[in-house]
Amino acid sequence: MSGRYEIRFSGAGGQGLILAGVIMAEAASIFDGKQAVQSQSYGPEARGGASKSEVVISDGPIDYPKATVVDALLALTQESCDKYSHDLKEGGVLLIDSDLVKRQPAGNFQVVSFPIINTAKNEVGREIVANIVALGAMVALTGAVSKESAEKAVLSRVPEAFLELNKKAFNMGYEKALAAKK
Amino acid sequence: MAKKVAFLQGNEAAAQGALYAGCTFFAGYPITPSTEVAEVMSAELPKIGGKFIQMEDEIGAMAALIGASLTGVKALTSTSGPGLSLKQENIGYACIAEVPCVIYNVMRGGPSTGMPTGPSQSDVMCAKWGTHGDHPAILLVPASVQETYEETVRAFNLAEKYRTPVMVMPDEIVAHMRERIVFPEKGELEVVDRTAPSVPPEQYKPYDTSFGDVPPLAAFGSGYKFHVTGLNKMQDGFPTTKAEIVQAEEERQVRKVEANKADIMKWEEYLVDDADIVVVAYGSTSRSARFAVNEARKNGIKAGLFRLQTFWPFPEDRLLQISKKVKAFITPEMNLGMCHGVVKGCIEGNAPVLGIFRVDGEPINPGQIVDKMKEVK
Repeated sequence: MSGRYEIRFSGAGGQGLILAGVIMAEAASIFDGKQAVQSQSYGPEARGGASKSEVVISDGPIDYPKATVVDALLALTQESCDKYSHDLKEGGVLLIDSDLVKRQPAGNFQVVSFPIINTAKNEVGREIVANIVALGAMVALTGAVSKESAEKAVLSRVPEAFLELNKKAFNMGYEKALAAKK
Repeated sequence: MAKKVAFLQGNEAAAQGALYAGCTFFAGYPITPSTEVAEVMSAELPKIGGKFIQMEDEIGAMAALIGASLTGVKALTSTSGPGLSLKQENIGYACIAEVPCVIYNVMRGGPSTGMPTGPSQSDVMCAKWGTHGDHPAILLVPASVQETYEETVRAFNLAEKYRTPVMVMPDEIVAHMRERIVFPEKGELEVVDRTAPSVPPEQYKPYDTSFGDVPPLAAFGSGYKFHVTGLNKMQDGFPTTKAEIVQAEEERQVRKVEANKADIMKWEEYLVDDADIVVVAYGSTSRSARFAVNEARKNGIKAGLFRLQTFWPFPEDRLLQISKKVKAFITPEMNLGMCHGVVKGCIEGNAPVLGIFRVDGEPINPGQIVDKMKEVK
């Protein structure tokens, strides 16, 4: 399994986690020149339910497109944390929303926790960019893609009217994660 | 100049592949997990003077496809299991009337509405036997985003070349995952157009076998008039029940594909030559299998992968050859043994075939395949 770096974004349907995964993978594949595959699993609900988006990044070809041993996991809800943390590797990054995930899974993980959704809502100004806050945090914590590439990938995916908002969200997440890590 | 690249979903790649192949008509009815194909086609076709129609249902969409194709255009529909079931009546019509068209079907859990967002590989038999009667079947089963693009182009080529419906069926994982794709430039991939008649309208017969097993097809509206029916027909397209004509025509329609298997079939052999255990897999499951084969090789197990790129026609002869020198085959698939049965049927009992079957909406992971390899004595 060497050479693969696996990231899982999880939460509830409608939180934009698939997009967060797409942007992470695009940063790796288009802007960093690595190989990446993004996949997802979600229920029939348009909103709610547990949802996950997985990104596998590698220097070489990627066969199995889904996660095998997860290096970094984001959980924005308790349900998704309970459901999707079982294959997080020992010492892996666990990024959680401190307001919403109160029970942490047992295990030796590098836990980083801050109020992700609240940050989006009250500090960036729109709850809808919580996924980009989380993405910024994941980029800071994993180093799986460069900050420059991730920022480019964010900006290439969002409508022009929301560039500044998303840039702010991304950087806020990036900084908060580094601060919370200490 | 550097080639154009993008980070695309399988479904988006299929739509782009269709456009590359010259598709100018889409009719369909949206259904998860195939809807992105319709989304892209609805945005792109109007820009190139093509037509996108959201029909009242899947049966109507299939009918629209046949009508459009008969006017000389390349036509596509996309759907998923429940829609594929509905289309079957008109798929049979396209088979017997010999109308080229491409049916892109994303495999999700079934039967019926089953599991709309869950992956599956359980429509491969429906591609061959979904519509009743003897008829040719071509089914392509891509395993990556790039391959979904390229095989969609090839699906149009085969449809036009053999005057028959062609199906492309990624599983939900391939259809929805995103990977980097390098767009081929114009001329880089072969694009086949159907053969137009070489005779004037008054001499034209739509099923004139003096031109071979695949008679030229005139476009409605180009001055050629002919009859199209779902009944067994004569060379001029009108119905017949004359025994010798029906027999010969039925045999010819199936022979179009059977006699040209070598041109249609495609597969990939990975470390098969010295393998004791050969995994026969397709779609996303073949990616788990390749991962498993690499892991097994590291542990001294001589494993190989036979990856089907076409499911129909099935490469029976090659698997029979391989079966003479292997200890076992493993068939992992997201159904309860569809490929498994076909492999068993063609290897004359030369080796055991061990199945790994999942229908719970979860992918078959590499570990499951490695575990199965360890069972081989």
